[in-house]
Amino acid sequence: MARRIKPTERPVEPLLWLLFSGGGVAAALFAPILLFLLGVAIPLGWIDPPGHADVLALARNPLTRLVVFGVCVLSLAHWAHRFRYTLYDGLQLKHSLINLACYGGALLGSALAAVVLLML
Amino acid sequence: MTDHLVRDAGERAPLYRPHVSRLWWVHRRSYRLFVLRELSSVFVAWFVVFLLLFLRAVGQDDAAYQRFLDWAANPFVIAVNVVALAFVLLHAVTWFNLAPQAMVVRLRGRRIPPRMIMLSQYAAWVAVSAVVAWLLVGR
Repeated sequence: MARRIKPTERPVEPLLWLLFSGGGVAAALFAPILLFLLGVAIPLGWIDPPGHADVLALARNPLTRLVVFGVCVLSLAHWAHRFRYTLYDGLQLKHSLINLACYGGALLGSALAAVVLLML
Repeated sequence: MTDHLVRDAGERAPLYRPHVSRLWWVHRRSYRLFVLRELSSVFVAWFVVFLLLFLRAVGQDDAAYQRFLDWAANPFVIAVNVVALAFVLLHAVTWFNLAPQAMVVRLRGRRIPPRMIMLSQYAAWVAVSAVVAWLLVGR
C-alpha cells in the first residue's frame, strides 16, 4: 500500500534548496572570471601570471579566505543538489547511493577546502 | 468495471509510476538544452577543485606555484578549462535570467520589476569580476 508522505518527513529538503540557490549565485558570480583568468588567459599567455609573493599575500588575507571558503562550500552544495537531480530526472537513475555520493562529496570537498585555506 | 470498483473499495489507489526512458531528453532541442544546463553543475564542481589546487600550490612555495602554472598550461588542461568556462557561462546567464521569475521583491508595497532584478544581478556580476581581476592580476 502506498504510504502518504508527510510534509514534516524531510525537514532537510528546504535547507538543501537554499544551499542550491546560494551556490548558484556564488558560482555564477565567481566561477567565470576565475576560470577565465586561471584556466584560460594566464595559461595561454594572454595575461602574465601574478608573482608568487603577491598571490600568497592575497590568498592569506582573512577576507579572501572567508570569501573563498563560502564560494567553495556553496558551489559544492549547488553541484551536489543539481547533479543529484540530473541523475534522478535526466538519466532516471534512482539509487540511495547517489544521495550519499553527492552530499557526502560536497561535505568532503568543503572539509578539504577548509584544510587548504587553513594551511596557507 | 463494477467488479473492479468493488474490489478496490477501501484500498488506496497505488501510485501511478509511468516508465520514462533514460534518453527521454535527446529528441527535443529544448530538452537537450535543459540537460546541458543541468550538467553545468559538474563544471561548477571542477571550478572548486581547480581553485583549491591553485591555492594549495600557492600555499606550498614558489616552486609548487610554478609547477601548477606549467600543469595548467598543458593543452589538455586548457581544453578542459575552456569547456568548463563555456558551461559556467551558460550557468551564469541562465541563472541570472531565471532569478526574477523565482523571486518577487517588494518595496513599499510595489513589486520591483523583474527586469530591474535581472539587471542588478548582471551589475553585481560585472563588479565581482572586475574586483577579482584587479586583485589577482591588475595590481
